[in-house]
Amino acid sequence: MTNPAPRTSRRIAVVSAGLRQPSSTRLLADRLADAVNRQFALRDVDVDLRVVELREHAHDLTNHLLSGFPSEPLGRAIEAVTTADGLIAVSPIFTASYSGLFKTFFDVVEADALEGMPVLLGATGGTERHSLALEHAMRPLFTYLHAIVLPTAVYAATSDWGSEQDGDGSAPTGLTRRIERGARELAELVTARDPREAADPFAVPTPFEQLLAEG
Amino acid sequence: MQFGIFTVGDVTTDPTTGRTPTEHERIKATVAIAKKAEEVGLDVFATGEHHNPPFIASAPTTTLAYIGAQTERIILSTATTLITTTDPVLIAENYAKLQHLTDGRVDLMMGRGNTGPVYPWFGKDIRDGIALAVENYALLHRLWREDVVDWQGRFRTPLQGFTSTPRPLDGVPPFVWHGSIRSPEIAEQAAYYGDGFFHNNIFWPMSHTKQMVQLYRRRFEHYGHGAADTAIVGLGGQVFMRPNSQDAIREFRPYFDVAPVYGHGPSLEEFMDQTPLTVGSPQQVIDRYAAMRHDVGDYQRQLFLMDHAGLPLDIVLEQIEILGTEVVPVLRREMAIGRPEHVPDAPTHASLVAAAGGARDTTVHAKDDVTGRTAENAEATR
Repeated sequence: MTNPAPRTSRRIAVVSAGLRQPSSTRLLADRLADAVNRQFALRDVDVDLRVVELREHAHDLTNHLLSGFPSEPLGRAIEAVTTADGLIAVSPIFTASYSGLFKTFFDVVEADALEGMPVLLGATGGTERHSLALEHAMRPLFTYLHAIVLPTAVYAATSDWGSEQDGDGSAPTGLTRRIERGARELAELVTARDPREAADPFAVPTPFEQLLAEG
Repeated sequence: MQFGIFTVGDVTTDPTTGRTPTEHERIKATVAIAKKAEEVGLDVFATGEHHNPPFIASAPTTTLAYIGAQTERIILSTATTLITTTDPVLIAENYAKLQHLTDGRVDLMMGRGNTGPVYPWFGKDIRDGIALAVENYALLHRLWREDVVDWQGRFRTPLQGFTSTPRPLDGVPPFVWHGSIRSPEIAEQAAYYGDGFFHNNIFWPMSHTKQMVQLYRRRFEHYGHGAADTAIVGLGGQVFMRPNSQDAIREFRPYFDVAPVYGHGPSLEEFMDQTPLTVGSPQQVIDRYAAMRHDVGDYQRQLFLMDHAGLPLDIVLEQIEILGTEVVPVLRREMAIGRPEHVPDAPTHASLVAAAGGARDTTVHAKDDVTGRTAENAEATR
């Protein structure tokens, strides 16, 4: 049996935990996704983008916590993330940290499912004062999950959406520059790595002799 | 095909009356439930094992022996026996004793249990759950099959020259099922030994149950115990019935809404859609459960959870009556249709004895250390 040729395209999942519609968190997630798309296009890599809007799964996430299994739509959302080659994860900052909804989603993802996955972080908040929540809350969460968190994490305060461009208006704003830099880091790393192939424990179980021997 | 009930022995407040049964009431109710199950023609009664409130399910062999003394025919089983935190030597002794007392009406289902602190209370670590299940069962398997065991492992003090008594009835150990909701390692373990595999089924979608059963069947064949469709499969189920399905829903909803495990979570309708829970008419239960084999293949044992979430005893007994008289007779007929000849029934003591070529007494007589004589040849030469 020959192995199928590795995929040449890459799968990128976008998780957005905004609560309002429209939401500035989703706006940032979309800006990041667009920038990532462009970066992959520059590298001639096809991208399969899958957006998970957590608001749509809010009830099912609570149900999952209580019943222990995901509804079908939530199961598909989790799979979209765990089978991705890279992740863009964006949360509003509430009370000094990511939102509860954002945490709940990553609580129900299997602990080893994001191992080795490049992750670009984004967060939104009312003022710039909360920007370090990206570093003291979101980054450790994904470090715990053994994801590869990119050096650039993008914070957008309300004021960023109206900030003036430098000079004559042709130069990018600070937010745009950060988005482009984060997107470049994600595309570079994901392109350099082989596509992730998830192991299926039901397809290839650990042989019992090995379980016995491991003791 | 065997049909029966399984209980976890939870002491739960009846949300419609606010009344909580005492432990004594719940323990006696468990006995009444088992006797009712036999009376209405069910084949199996299985009790869980827990070592913390709100459960009365500790000391399962005491319960099963007491029930065994008051019943004639029903198979006494467990759902589950905690193979992780219970000493396999005690399991070997207790269930072999139960086998003798009940003339072989015993089998067991091994499980890992679900409560973190129970592990440290018994000197174990929940992170070793799978390794404990593997090592402890490997020892149990030998204790029932070898008269004298020398053994050393990671989790228990070593054994030198140990004989577990009494020896299994007629030289045939009780049949063992392995239960797991989500660990492929346990399906693998059941397949390796050619034991049965039971999927609790009631808390998860059938797509998941099916995946576990298929793995077990495939590996059962891999380990040379026979074709995949001859592997021994059991499923859990959960029902509440009234002649009119709307009445069933109305009556059961208050229990569902605050039930341990899934209460305050998904709605009754969502849970019925996502899991095998069927609240409705007996015919709806028949239709749902007759279709299970389309997902998991022809199987051997179907157990129903009937007494939980604070349902009062009179309603539970009434439900078991409906199950035994209106549902199971029809399911037996339905499940027999198109079932291939070569698909076996679940092993029983009688079938295992027959397969072993007949009953034999395997009593191990003690030797006198000084003379080397055993009690029986001492008797013969007197």
